[in-house]
Amino acid sequence: MGRWYIDKGPESDVVISSRVRLARNFRKYPFPSKLDKEQGGRVLEEVKDAVFNSNSTLAGDVTFIDIKALNPIEKQSLVEKHLISPELAENGRESGLLISRDEKISIMINEEDHLRIQCMFSGMQISDAWKLCNNIDLLLESKIDFAFSRQYGYLTCCPTNIGTGIRASVMLHLPGLVMTGYIKGILEACGKLGVAVRGIYGENSYASGNMFQISNQVTLGQKEDEIVTGVTNIASQIIEQERMLRAELHRQNPYRFEDKIYRSFAVFSSARIISYEESLKLISDVRLGLDMGIIKGISIETLNEIMLLIQPASLQKTAGSVLGPDERDIKRAEIIRNKLKVN
Amino acid sequence: MLCQRCQKRNASVHFTQIINNKKTEMYLCEQCARENEKSDINMGAPLGLNDLLTGLLGINPNVHMGEAAPEQIHCEKCGMTYEEFQRTGKFGCSDCYEVFEQKLGPLFKRLHGSTGHVGKIPGNASSEIKSTREIEKLKELLNKSIQNEDYEKAAEIRDKIKRLSEQKLK
Repeated sequence: MGRWYIDKGPESDVVISSRVRLARNFRKYPFPSKLDKEQGGRVLEEVKDAVFNSNSTLAGDVTFIDIKALNPIEKQSLVEKHLISPELAENGRESGLLISRDEKISIMINEEDHLRIQCMFSGMQISDAWKLCNNIDLLLESKIDFAFSRQYGYLTCCPTNIGTGIRASVMLHLPGLVMTGYIKGILEACGKLGVAVRGIYGENSYASGNMFQISNQVTLGQKEDEIVTGVTNIASQIIEQERMLRAELHRQNPYRFEDKIYRSFAVFSSARIISYEESLKLISDVRLGLDMGIIKGISIETLNEIMLLIQPASLQKTAGSVLGPDERDIKRAEIIRNKLKVN
Repeated sequence: MLCQRCQKRNASVHFTQIINNKKTEMYLCEQCARENEKSDINMGAPLGLNDLLTGLLGINPNVHMGEAAPEQIHCEKCGMTYEEFQRTGKFGCSDCYEVFEQKLGPLFKRLHGSTGHVGKIPGNASSEIKSTREIEKLKELLNKSIQNEDYEKAAEIRDKIKRLSEQKLK
């Protein structure tokens, strides 16, 4: 497991992680939805060849995973770690994943596009993620003739990705904005500024545990740097707002504020049965308590690790067996208590 | 008259829908009308990106307009038809962009507010693409120099543009 999920990055009191992905396609093959099995296999081989015979550090750092060969729990646990998209897990095509040892780099092959180059970092590090993505892109383009037009830039399967093919996103924890209801205004403003807000698993998912993913909507007509800066600037403003509201909420009614956090912590650390939904809600309060110095004695890193381990598929992977919903809820409570070192 | 949705049963319901001041009229059979109503009432279902996209392309995925399909253009490389593109909102291959080109300008304008790429270009892109980009950059610089009344520099840039344009023609 990569350390980056657990490490706390810059601005970690609000920013959980940063991610940049580039969509790229071969010029000579139809996009994955129109590929036959044989062509799909060739795309896989050519990408592997481009990476493994590239005489670069990347070649020694990544491993190939054949998605078809994975069982549902293994696939789902990759989705939970954001290493692959739900679409790649389910599409049943000749699809694969190249993944770096530290799990910061993941290259999806034959997702909606032939290539989805993705780099993830903890905390607020979008520009580093973009730099790394760009380097991988430069390496691949020396071997692969990408579909590109002078007018429309990089050609992608979905018109929402054309041009730069870039999606830059940050995952934010925004309990202050949610508690005060100001989140609604932020969401509306983001929409007007060309920034999309989604739940933690991207498209069509809803926000749980006060986690929001914000990302650029526009990919055409702006330079990559401008897009990355745009998302960074909007995120920075949201971060400032969030910090201010947290402090204000605490100032207005410290007893009520701390009571809510301590109650959540109490349930979180002593529950014997806990659903995923409930644990996300409680983690949000506990994280807030840690960030504000109200709860002491456990680290953000421990909380990050718990967050990763208690997801349904990761949980079953750790347990080494398929568990029913009730068994999962018991196992989840056990993992939480273990990690918090309480009994 | 046949139902405009299923094209099988007789139409018995006149259905009018007004969205954003745009009126859509349809003649449906009872069963399709009921299903249509359901799909309208079901606001709880998340509106997917696909639905929005196809909406931008002017088609409501839940409703088949009774009109004749637009011209039967299709992509030779992947077999994608314009109808399929409208329905799915996705391209089948890089050639589709040329095949459906006439339809794309307004779509990209609505999605991105722009129709032209200004970001990075692949290192192995044709020299034509590169020199076009270079000329665009130089033109920007030229305008700036003129605004700053730096005519000496402007002349230099003008000559450079001229040279590049001549090279390109060759």
